[in-house]
Amino acid sequence: MILQAEHLTFSYRRRKQECILQDYSLSITSGERVGLRAPSGRGKTTLCRLLAGYEKPQQGKVLLNGKALSSFRGVCPVQMVWQHPETVVDPLLQLGVTLNEAGKPEERLLKELHIEEGWLKRYPSELSGGELQRFCLARALHPDTRFLLCDEITAMLDLVTQAQIWNFLLEEGKQRDLGMLIVSHDDALLQKVCTRIETLP
Amino acid sequence: MKPQNQRRNTILFLIVTAGVLILITAAGMLLKDQAVQTNFARKNLAPSREFLFGTDWMGRDMFARTLAGLSLSIRIGLLTAAVSALIALILGTACAVLGRAADAVISWWIDLMMGIPHILLVMLISIACGRGFTGVVAGVALSHWTSLARVIRGEVLQLREAPYILTASKLGVSKMQIVKNHMIPHLLPQFVTGLILLFPHAILHESSITFLGFGLSSEQPAIGVILSESMRYLTTGRWWLALFPGLSLVCVVMLFALLGERVAKLLNPASAHE
Repeated sequence: MILQAEHLTFSYRRRKQECILQDYSLSITSGERVGLRAPSGRGKTTLCRLLAGYEKPQQGKVLLNGKALSSFRGVCPVQMVWQHPETVVDPLLQLGVTLNEAGKPEERLLKELHIEEGWLKRYPSELSGGELQRFCLARALHPDTRFLLCDEITAMLDLVTQAQIWNFLLEEGKQRDLGMLIVSHDDALLQKVCTRIETLP
Repeated sequence: MKPQNQRRNTILFLIVTAGVLILITAAGMLLKDQAVQTNFARKNLAPSREFLFGTDWMGRDMFARTLAGLSLSIRIGLLTAAVSALIALILGTACAVLGRAADAVISWWIDLMMGIPHILLVMLISIACGRGFTGVVAGVALSHWTSLARVIRGEVLQLREAPYILTASKLGVSKMQIVKNHMIPHLLPQFVTGLILLFPHAILHESSITFLGFGLSSEQPAIGVILSESMRYLTTGRWWLALFPGLSLVCVVMLFALLGERVAKLLNPASAHE
């Protein structure tokens, strides 16, 4: 499978003149781990949102195996893991409910992400950012997911947890032949986990 | 000693308050006949053990009249607040869901309604609808939805763009499921609180336009009617005709306001764990 961004141009509604991305192209094939590096405010998160279908580009298109991403129904094969996990879980729902919303994830995933049984009954305000991020990962690694976009997913974690999560993701990615886009400010991390590194203009 | 449980105390308070209000409503409905009974043998009596609130110039028991009036006010308040809240819910959601043009039109309409003094608007609508019961209900119901509609609009707009809802739909969760699991639990507290806090406004406005003579007709035992009639007798020293009905109206309104405040505290996720 191949995920392609073709000549994307995007600007936010309020600032029509400044394009945050202009004529940008990128392609990721299954099994590839593409690192993305750029200073703050250059559109890394925006690119992820475009690739995952959260925003529509003004020009250009996002294609998955040659078909428009928006034509896929049901679970989107491109899933994004956000930088701030606390905004991606409903504050009024127990995490177990949030987690099972799109079908029950495999037991194995929960075990390998070190999600404890007791956390499922808690509310998001009762867990830390790192703990919530594990839930987001477990949810994003739905069986139908083919591409995973990781937007600074470990920026707020300590080194040990960071290593734990990346080891797991690399292993999982290899097993399932996932394509990944990894956004980070941490060059050492990108060197370590990516097969190729891109920079935004 | 057991530590005070704020949540349990609040729930207890809510039950007691709601109970008192229901009791007043029921008692007023039962005392309706007694409220209009005239007896010229006992006119203009000061408050005593037999007639708690005294009697008026036609010998009617003011206690029964006050209760009947409050009951009528509460029932009108319930009706108008419910209608108002429904309008607010529909228009607020329409604003957020139907796109930019609809939003602009409805928001402009809300601003326009809020720009006109409330009491004036209620009076105009009431007169246009032929006064009486219909006039009052239409007047109050059609003028009180604005602020709640605005709150709901904001809430729905915010929810639609919330990352957790966007993510859920990316994960293939259906629209109905999203509305049921994510939207309603966030909207309901706002809506219920708004609804209860509409009561005091509705009741006060109903009484004030009745007092001014644009509302309920004078043969009905409404608080507004009682107060406006009593004005004529105040100068002759019959203070009880105005004091007790007025005081009890204030009490009922305050009970509703407290009820709304406590419910808000109980339902708001930010303070629900206090």
